[in-house]
Amino acid sequence: MESVAQNKGASFVKSLLNAWSWLFLILILGFFEIYAQIETGNTFIFRVYNLQSISVAASQILLLALGLTLVIVAGHIDMSIAFSSGLASVVIALVIRAAGPDAGLLIVLVAALAGFVAAAVVGVVNGWLVAYLNVPSFIGTLGTYGVARGAALIMAGGATVSIRNSYARDLGNGNILGFPIPLVIAMVLALICHYVLKHTRFGAHTYALGANPASVERAGVDVKRHLIILFVISALTAAMGGLIYTFRFSAGAANSGEPILLYAVAAVFIGGASLTGGQGTIMGTVIGAFIIAVIQFGLVFSGLPPYWQFVAVGLVIIVAVLVDQSKDRIVGGKS
Amino acid sequence: MTALLKVDGLNKRFGGNEAVKNVTFDVNEGECVVLAGDNGAGKSTVIKMISGVYQPTDGRVFLSGEQLTGKTPEAVRTAGIETIYQDLALADNLDPGLNLYLGRERTVKRMGLPFLDRKTMRDDAVEVMKSLGIVVPDPAAPVREMSGGQRQAIAIARAIHWQARLVIMDEPTAALGVPEQREVMALIHRLKAKGVGIILISHNLPDIFAAADRIIVLARGVVAGERRPAETNDEEIVRMMMGATL
Repeated sequence: MESVAQNKGASFVKSLLNAWSWLFLILILGFFEIYAQIETGNTFIFRVYNLQSISVAASQILLLALGLTLVIVAGHIDMSIAFSSGLASVVIALVIRAAGPDAGLLIVLVAALAGFVAAAVVGVVNGWLVAYLNVPSFIGTLGTYGVARGAALIMAGGATVSIRNSYARDLGNGNILGFPIPLVIAMVLALICHYVLKHTRFGAHTYALGANPASVERAGVDVKRHLIILFVISALTAAMGGLIYTFRFSAGAANSGEPILLYAVAAVFIGGASLTGGQGTIMGTVIGAFIIAVIQFGLVFSGLPPYWQFVAVGLVIIVAVLVDQSKDRIVGGKS
Repeated sequence: MTALLKVDGLNKRFGGNEAVKNVTFDVNEGECVVLAGDNGAGKSTVIKMISGVYQPTDGRVFLSGEQLTGKTPEAVRTAGIETIYQDLALADNLDPGLNLYLGRERTVKRMGLPFLDRKTMRDDAVEVMKSLGIVVPDPAAPVREMSGGQRQAIAIARAIHWQARLVIMDEPTAALGVPEQREVMALIHRLKAKGVGIILISHNLPDIFAAADRIIVLARGVVAGERRPAETNDEEIVRMMMGATL
C-alpha cells in the first residue's frame, strides 16, 4: 500500500518534471505580461505584433533545431547546420539574382532546389565522415562547418547577395490566416519530424542508436545508411532556415545561420534531449525554441539592454540540465 | 536420432596462431551444452564460427542437417540460431515491445501512413515474457527500469519469439546478482522445456553444474574432454580446463 502511494507521488513529480518546460514557458510569458501591465499598462501577450515577432524568431531557431533533434537523439551532434543554412541562403540568392529582376515563381523554386542540394551535400559528407570514417560527429561537423562557411563566403564574394524578387519577398513576409509563413513552414516541418521520430521504424532505430548502437547493428539495421540520412535531414531543415532568411530579408548571407546555432542546440537540450543520446522529442524542441524566442523578444520589449538575453538563455540551459538530472534521480536507476 | 546442431572438425587459424583445433560436438533438441574453458581457450571463437561471424579455416556446422558454414550472420539467425551477447544488445530507452521487435518492428496504416504498432508489440512482449514465467511490471516503461534478470528475459524472449531452435548464451550471469542468476537458470530450464537447444558459455562452476546436460571443456583450442554433470565434479572440470588431463 505504502509503495503504491510512493509510486503515485513519484509519478506525479515525474509528470511535473516532464512538463516543466511547458510550465516554464507559461511562467515567463506571465512574467513579461505582468511587467508590461505594470510598466506600460499594455498587454504583452495579446498583441498580434508581439506574437508574430516571437513566432518568427522561434521559427528561425526551430528550423535549425528540428533536424538537429534527430541527430542528437541518435547520440551525435551537427555543428555544421549554421553554414548548411548560410550556404543554402547564398546559393538561393545567387540563382535568383542570376535570373534577373523579372524572375518568376519557377526560378524561385529552382533556386530553392539548388539551395537544398547544396546543403544536402554537406549532410552527406557529415554522415560519411561519422559513419564510414568513424570521425566523432562534433569534430567532423566542425570541419564541415568551416568548409561550408568558406564556400558560402567565397561564392558570395564576402558580401551579402541582395535580390529583388516579389515572389520571394511575399513568401518570406506574408501571412496565412494571420500566421506568418515562416511559422507555418516551421510547424509543418515540426509535424513531419515528430511523425518520423515518434511513429516510424526509422524513429525507433534513431532512439535505439542513441542508447546502444550495437543493439541496432545486431538487429540487422544498416546503421551507416541511417546516419547519413540523419545528417541529410539535419542539413535540409537548416537549409529551410536559410531559405526563409533569404526570402524575408531579400538577401543571401553566409553568416545568416551562425548566430542561431547555439540557440538551436540550446532549444534541443531545453526540450529534454541528452548529450549522450537516446532522449529528446520534437515537441520538447518546439517549446525550447519558443522559450528562447520569448526571452529574446521579452527583454527587448521590456527595454532592458539586449545583452541580457545571453545571460537569461544561458541560465535556462543550466536549469534544463539540472531538471533532467533530478528526473533521473527521482524516477530512474534501480529501486 | 539426428542432432539439432552438429559441429564437425572446426579449425580456425589467425595468421600463424591456431586458435581452435578440430572441435567436434553436437547439441540435441532441448539440451543444454556448456562450453567451459579458461579465457583464451577458444570458446568465443567456436561460437562465432557457429553464428557466422567468423568463417572456419576448416570444418563444418550443420543445423538439422542443413549446412550453415559460409552463411552470413543474418542467414544463420534466419536459419534459427540466435546469439545472446553479454551486453544483451538491448536499447535501454525503449519498451520491451520495441526491443522484442527491434529491426523488425510492426506498423499499422493510418491515413495512408505507417505508424509503429506499439500496442501489438507490447502485448506480444508481455505474452512471451509470461511464457517464460516473468511478469512485466509496466509494458510501456523503458527496459532500463527493469531488473537484470528481467532484461535477460527480454533478450531470451526475442530468441523465442523469432522461433530460434538453438540459443547461444555468452556468460549470461556474469553481470548479475545472486537472485538474478537464479532467475536466468530458471529461464534456461524453461527454454529447454520448449525444445530449444542451448549452448551456454561459462566459467562459473555452479552455473555450469546447474544448467548443463553435458559439459564440453575446451583448453588451448582443443576439446579437452566431455562429461555429464553426474559423472564428474568441480575439481576434474578445473583440471581439464587447465589442460592437465583427458
